[in-house]
Amino acid sequence: MDLGPHAAFILGAYGFTTLVILGLVAHALIDRRAQDRALARLAEEPQTQQPSRGRR
Amino acid sequence: MPARYTRAMAMGLLTRLAQPGHFMRWSGALLPWVAGLAIVLLAIGQYLTWFVVPPDYQQGETVRIMYIHVPAAWMAVFFYGAMAVSALGTLIWRHPLADVAQRAAAPIGAAFTLICLVTGSLWGKPMWGTYWVWDARLTSMLVLFLIYCGLLALWRTIEDPNRAARAVAILTLVGAVNLPIIKFSVNWWSTLHQPASILRMGGPTIYASMLYPLLVMIAAASVLGLALHLQAMRTEILRRRVRTLTILEAERLDAALLAPQAA
Repeated sequence: MDLGPHAAFILGAYGFTTLVILGLVAHALIDRRAQDRALARLAEEPQTQQPSRGRR
Repeated sequence: MPARYTRAMAMGLLTRLAQPGHFMRWSGALLPWVAGLAIVLLAIGQYLTWFVVPPDYQQGETVRIMYIHVPAAWMAVFFYGAMAVSALGTLIWRHPLADVAQRAAAPIGAAFTLICLVTGSLWGKPMWGTYWVWDARLTSMLVLFLIYCGLLALWRTIEDPNRAARAVAILTLVGAVNLPIIKFSVNWWSTLHQPASILRMGGPTIYASMLYPLLVMIAAASVLGLALHLQAMRTEILRRRVRTLTILEAERLDAALLAPQAA
């Protein structure tokens, strides 16, 4: 397909949009995973980090 | 059935759906379908944009930039409108999900505004001969982007989510004044930006072969925005759960440490 003399502007616009959308999707997935990990850590903490009496 | 019973039932259903636990359940089941639909619509929209839409008689091939610029502009304004409605939900009903919805919408709205500004600029250079003019439509869109950034900064500044929610809700409603300015800027002032060509009295001014692909891309962007928003809301609910549990855990540890001293 011939995009004519302004091909760089058209491809630039689509390239930038693709990057931003992929960034949004990646951020959504990474952020979700981070919260899942934090919740999992909190769920197991009471068993592993019981504060023992008299210490500290 | 009398109208008031129907209304009461509808409100009851809405209240149930908006309860965070219920929201997590139904949104979790719905999300894969919404995301799948977004991908299908984007694929159809892109096929139409590149293989069906003819080059414009004046703009030539650069008209293809419009198929991302217009949907991005629509999403930028739509997300701000949704945030303004959520702000009312926070201030009037103090519903926790209203603030979650608003917090999740802001980065997505900001990203679509940025896409709108950059793609418009890349279209402007070959068509107008300049990347930017301080024209009413362009400036009001830039102001929208700055408001989005200001709201995101305000959330980060205030530690307590409840205090942040009120401050952000008030600022969101003040910023909503910009929405009609964006919409009518092309009518009120003499601007370089073209006037409305879809939502206007007397119907669209775009020929069908160019209009329908644009409508498909607008639908695709809307469903994609909905999928991103649902996912972001779910994550925001979990983030608040993490915060509450961390505070409870810290209090429990404090109490455990203080107990031997008291004994």
